[in-house]
Amino acid sequence: MNAVAAPSPRRITWLRRRRAVAAAWREYRHHLPGMVGLGILVIAVAMALAAPLLADPDGLKAVNTTDNPAWASPSEFGPLGTDNFGRSVMTQFIWGSRISLLVGLAATVLAVVIGSVVGIVAGFFGGRVGGVLMRITEWFLVIPFLPLAIVLAAILGPSVENIILVIGITTWPQPARLIRAQVLTLRERDYVDRSRALGASNWHLMTRHILPNVSPLILANTTLTVPIVILTEATLSFLGLGDPANASWGKMLDNAFEFGAVTLEAWWYFVPPGLGILLVALAFTLCGTALEEILDPRLRDRRA
Amino acid sequence: MTTRYLTAKVAGSLATLLFIVCFNFFLFRIVDSDPVANLFRGRNLTQSQRAELTKQFGLDKSTGGQFVDYLKQTAQLNLGRSYTSNQPVWSEIKDKAGPTIALVGISAVLSAVFGVLLGIAAAWRRRTKTDYSVTGFSMATFSLPDFWLGMILLTIFAVGLGLFPTGGIEDPSSTATGLAKLPDQAQHIFLPALTLTVAYLGEYTLVMRSSLLETMREDYLVLARAKGLRDVLVRNRHAVPNALLPVVALLAINLGFVLAGAIAVEAIFSWPGLGLATYEAIKGPDLPMLQGLFLVFSLSMIVFNLIADLLYGYLDPRVRTA
Repeated sequence: MNAVAAPSPRRITWLRRRRAVAAAWREYRHHLPGMVGLGILVIAVAMALAAPLLADPDGLKAVNTTDNPAWASPSEFGPLGTDNFGRSVMTQFIWGSRISLLVGLAATVLAVVIGSVVGIVAGFFGGRVGGVLMRITEWFLVIPFLPLAIVLAAILGPSVENIILVIGITTWPQPARLIRAQVLTLRERDYVDRSRALGASNWHLMTRHILPNVSPLILANTTLTVPIVILTEATLSFLGLGDPANASWGKMLDNAFEFGAVTLEAWWYFVPPGLGILLVALAFTLCGTALEEILDPRLRDRRA
Repeated sequence: MTTRYLTAKVAGSLATLLFIVCFNFFLFRIVDSDPVANLFRGRNLTQSQRAELTKQFGLDKSTGGQFVDYLKQTAQLNLGRSYTSNQPVWSEIKDKAGPTIALVGISAVLSAVFGVLLGIAAAWRRRTKTDYSVTGFSMATFSLPDFWLGMILLTIFAVGLGLFPTGGIEDPSSTATGLAKLPDQAQHIFLPALTLTVAYLGEYTLVMRSSLLETMREDYLVLARAKGLRDVLVRNRHAVPNALLPVVALLAINLGFVLAGAIAVEAIFSWPGLGLATYEAIKGPDLPMLQGLFLVFSLSMIVFNLIADLLYGYLDPRVRTA
């Protein structure tokens, strides 16, 4: 008789996953580019969350800034100068980070969720269902996504929700294709056959065996999709399709160009938001590449 | 190349084309629910004028009938008239394709060439300062909004230093014709082409680098070294040609994408191409123009995807049989 009760299967699984995450983190900690990326992201997220403490949102409205000089350089009006309405660029930069990060994360999650569902179903079932799903995915891959996003955003009108929706439904095919390829190899594994022989339903197989095994890939892919989404948001906003009431960094660039910051050489209005986009996109790329290398041992040799 | 591979790819592209053409019809029907009102915005139309125009445009027909009309007209390259210029959309697009093809073509070739060279340098000197700086630079260019780079270059070199014109394709006051226009046009294209080249450089560098690293692990490279070939020969004759495969595919696909990707950069430099036309059509909004542009951008994607597939099949026999 065994005096110690055997831990439940659920607990074993949980312990195993926790150990895997801890091991991955130990490796991640020694990945310098990955840690640099993570550091930038922590700062950016902290700035976005603390926006109400850092800058008064009243400063975003032109009616409140009539006393400020217009187009003041950083040396005349600290720390980053003012725009054509005399609004502080710093205030806009801090509040813009919220919208850029929100759209970047929310649209990515939307795209990856759609992509994962399509990819898993297409890969798992194969045959006719999978074939049709993949054909649709390939069609959407061929539609140039920026013009499609432009057309959709123009139809739906400029708002933060619509931008998220538009980017989400134009970005899902890439994750779908990637995840399907992975599921195709997983489907053939012995443990899937074994589980099926024991009477597992398709739903059980997909959610308990396939999904946990593709989730590292999904995580890495999500991180690598965010920069693309952030750049798309910036471009759409620049083309005048961003929410004027909730200005993102991209919208700031649109305003700067529209009101002639280039001809006035008012670099302080457009350098900070562009730099913000560059740093956040770069940080996500660094984190995503690091995750990929840690989660996929075949890529380890590629590491710089 | 096997005929089977060729037919399958061409048939696939035609199916995609058909899908895009249908998609284009239904997408814009949702947007443009009342073309008569849109076209004659701000003008008072009597009830009978409205009915007359509706009939003239064929809008009194059923959706199916309109769809058949649309297919016929699209096949004849009749894409309707622009709301803003009242010119046929197709002739507008034809006029504006030249500048875009010139700008995008030059930038695509330059970014591919320099990207490949940088990628080779980084992979060959892996884990050195060269590798780290090239990889870092590539990731940064990959992450920056291209039009932002354009704004910075424009501010410094055109507005600040006055070295280049601030926009357009040629000096409007110039009387030069034919080939004499070239020096002036070269000056105009320099900054937008530089912007796009830098913006797309990083992707080629990173793809070339990882592809070459992968190739360098292959057995035949170990053999090439083992039989005593010099390093340069191993690299240039054995490794690089094989590692170029993904770059070729990327170039073909990017050519399809870049046509539409230059929208914001063309807007910054007022480059009179399809991108600027898109930018202006959004501001309108000029829906027939947007619809035509969308069709042209999709078409270029399909064509270049097909080229990429065929090229890949030609260069890599393994793909053909798969």
